[in-house]
Amino acid sequence: MKRIDTGTPDHLHQVVDCQWACPAHTPVPEYLRLIAAGRFAESYEINWWSNVFPGILGRVCDRPCEPACRRGRVDEEPVAICRMKRVAADLKGDISSRMPKAPVEKNGKRIACVGAGPASLTVARDLALLGYQVTVFDGGESAGGMMRSQIPKFRLPDAVIDEECGYVEALDVDIRLNSWIESLGALNAEGWDAVFVGTGAPRGREAELPGRQEAAANIHIGIDWLSNIAFDHVHSVGKRVIVLGGGNTAMDCCRSARRLGAEDVRVIVRSGFDEMKASPWEKDEALHEGIIIQNCMVPMAFEHDGGTLTGVTFEHVEVQHDAHGKRSLVPTGRMETVPCDEVLIAIGQENTFPWIERDIGLEFDRWDLPVLGEKTLQSTIPNIFFGGDSALGPKNIITAVAQGHDAAISIDLFCKGEDVNNRPPDRITLASQKMGLHEWAYDNEISEEDRQKVPVRSLELALKDVRLELELGFDVKKACAEAERCLNCDMATVFTPQTCIECDSCVDICPTECITFTDDGDEDDLRGRLKVPAPNLEQPLYVAGGLKTGRVMVKDENICLHCGLCSERCPTNAWDMQKVDWLVAHAGAE
Amino acid sequence: MTYLAKPRLLSELQPRNELGYTRRDYEGAISTLCAGCGHDSVSAAIVQACYELDIQPHRMAKLSGIGCSSKTPDYFLGASHGFNSVHGRMPSVATGAALANRDLIYLGVSGDGDSASIGIGQFAHAMRRGVNMTYIVENNGVYGLTKGQFSATADKGSKSKKGVLNADSPIDLVALALQLGASYVGRSFSGDKEQLIPLIKGALRHHGPAFIDVISPCVTFNNHAGSTKSYDYVREHNEAVNRIEVIMSRHPIEASYAPGSLRRVVQHDGSVLLLRKLGTEYDPTDRIGAMNHLHERHALGEIVTGLLYVDEGAEDMHRNLNTVETPLNQLDDADLCPGSLALDALNASLR
Repeated sequence: MKRIDTGTPDHLHQVVDCQWACPAHTPVPEYLRLIAAGRFAESYEINWWSNVFPGILGRVCDRPCEPACRRGRVDEEPVAICRMKRVAADLKGDISSRMPKAPVEKNGKRIACVGAGPASLTVARDLALLGYQVTVFDGGESAGGMMRSQIPKFRLPDAVIDEECGYVEALDVDIRLNSWIESLGALNAEGWDAVFVGTGAPRGREAELPGRQEAAANIHIGIDWLSNIAFDHVHSVGKRVIVLGGGNTAMDCCRSARRLGAEDVRVIVRSGFDEMKASPWEKDEALHEGIIIQNCMVPMAFEHDGGTLTGVTFEHVEVQHDAHGKRSLVPTGRMETVPCDEVLIAIGQENTFPWIERDIGLEFDRWDLPVLGEKTLQSTIPNIFFGGDSALGPKNIITAVAQGHDAAISIDLFCKGEDVNNRPPDRITLASQKMGLHEWAYDNEISEEDRQKVPVRSLELALKDVRLELELGFDVKKACAEAERCLNCDMATVFTPQTCIECDSCVDICPTECITFTDDGDEDDLRGRLKVPAPNLEQPLYVAGGLKTGRVMVKDENICLHCGLCSERCPTNAWDMQKVDWLVAHAGAE
Repeated sequence: MTYLAKPRLLSELQPRNELGYTRRDYEGAISTLCAGCGHDSVSAAIVQACYELDIQPHRMAKLSGIGCSSKTPDYFLGASHGFNSVHGRMPSVATGAALANRDLIYLGVSGDGDSASIGIGQFAHAMRRGVNMTYIVENNGVYGLTKGQFSATADKGSKSKKGVLNADSPIDLVALALQLGASYVGRSFSGDKEQLIPLIKGALRHHGPAFIDVISPCVTFNNHAGSTKSYDYVREHNEAVNRIEVIMSRHPIEASYAPGSLRRVVQHDGSVLLLRKLGTEYDPTDRIGAMNHLHERHALGEIVTGLLYVDEGAEDMHRNLNTVETPLNQLDDADLCPGSLALDALNASLR
């Protein structure tokens, strides 16, 4: 099999599962170690550089890092990566001295960002630091976009959003609220050097069923209803509420309804429970709050009595999988009417650009999304860029941040007159962590603790107030215990075959038996005859040749614990633990 | 060496044997030997062999004397019985234990100092008495614990780390074992687990005295140019006579080799040793032939490895002494002390 060159970054990156899975490539193990060391402010700082909103994301991130976490493959649960960000944010203390200042001398370029959500604010942060004069326009009364309007306050209090939007504003970013942009053509004509569109996917999908119009008074679009709660326009709800849809918005709706006084709240979903789009932990929380989730029911009609909603009629379906594993919902013909007083529709979001004229040269594709360069996010009007939900459809905050970084790079290159496709490379450094025979610059002893539970307020208190934050966050003790669970996957095992004497010490000591010395073969063959078979094709094999016996060293990265025992046992230092510092390029990197 | 205990986190991919144990369940405490010590590989091979044979750890007893090698039973089979005896006296303790309870599997681990110097007399008698045990010598040719003096198995003319040539003739424990009546004799190398693991498995299933000499390099004192027990030297001079595969009686035999290239040996317990010949015409059931081959090849500077001798009809000490089949700890008072009438009858029979 082809030898792996540890000098090529992709192999090393991929091994750091959490960082690889994070759209913004936050250096997770590094910030966890800093938390364990009590250096909360520094931990917050590296988070802030990567993802701009550590306090917000530490509460509401979709956490793609956690399903990827290596710990989940060798233990019951992954490290609580997301909530550790919140720890850094909660315990950081005064960080004003650590926050960078925007250059006093500006570079003369003026950038307009439309929408004050995570994508726009990321663009603003990255560019303001380089001396750009950034103006952010938003129709709302406060910055934060969907983070402010859609996410219930019991998950994300306003104070956290205020603080982190404030850090961006403090970089001489001009945030103009109550400024609804009605025409992209007119805005662009104002002579901005570049325009960034980060307006999200603001329209909730409609359920056009019989009775929708007649019973409209008691039927609401989920995201609109949520923002009406956020901005204090809605204070109550009927006693019996049905939420249609199985995503995270549905979970926010049902949990908000419980807090506004609804007693019988049902989330009714087309798909099966496991196929629901909501994150597993959000489903758990909803169930914990006494919400009923009913599956495999497709809404057919809203029932009403002279315009007063009385219930929703569903048809039961069966989930079937064809030979290719493709799922289909087969109607059974069995109908059921579930009585209710109010319905919340949370079956998806859509992009909508009524303010973008279709004759200014900006092309849209057949899904009515702007045509963009894949990584550059540049539209067909060269100085207009998109990012976040408005670019590629609804995703999540961390993806919006990552796209904000990408768009900022493009805008910077564009304003300098360079090719936007010529992306600056990421930086990677490798540094040995060896300090003695069995002493390392990181703590290589592996904690066998279970995942810490986040302390929460009592249900009784939580359900009384829709604005009271439910989670209390980890205290220092729990935070350190959780940080210690991290396996330090950024401590790469680097093998030097030239010095290996093939004594087998590493093979014998490896706690998960992930190292094998064997005859060479192709990848399929090798994967089958390792000491522990390696069926996880998403995880690379580390293969090194050049041994005296002509065999190869094969290490299955899938189950390596990065404990460094192979290196401690190696008599010739053929194994070394080297820290991978992966600095993802942001705007201005060279 | 390391101060950390091995983490217990395991992935679901970890294989398990018939008893539901992983290899980790056959491990012991963390080794305190030097990093790269051949002995740790031998320990790992023992772990693997016991795992593959589905041995219940509590049905096994491991015994040793003094030395780097004799420390190793602490590092494997943490759930088995163990006895760390005085220097060179492991064979006597093993003999006594085997006499008291023939139901346990006995594994003696010793070194070249423990068995070829201070304990050579003990070694000799355990072999000639036919104690049903596996006797492994981890042979590195030096006294590692006392900083690398030549041991009795060091080859004449080999060079110490400080550059001194060894003037004394070596003791070949394999040759001794063959001569003294061991019924399963092999030699292997700690750096070749593919050969070592099946050799240990065959020995553990052998009924009679099984001896394995494992060349196990001392990375600290005997792994330099001029040593004949270094990783490089052994790899260059290793002449394996056969490759062995141990098949338990309950598993079907599926081996497809050219006729005549495969030798099948059925052991006392029904386990089958499949011996694949490598190159030379070698008959592993011919004791005198084995001794001759060993000496011829040694004269050429080669290290002969593999299963050198096996006696299919091996017998052990219990048969020779006609001892009771039940372990002594399971006999009740009536059996142990049958009373004066039985004594009278016995005396009468001898008058």
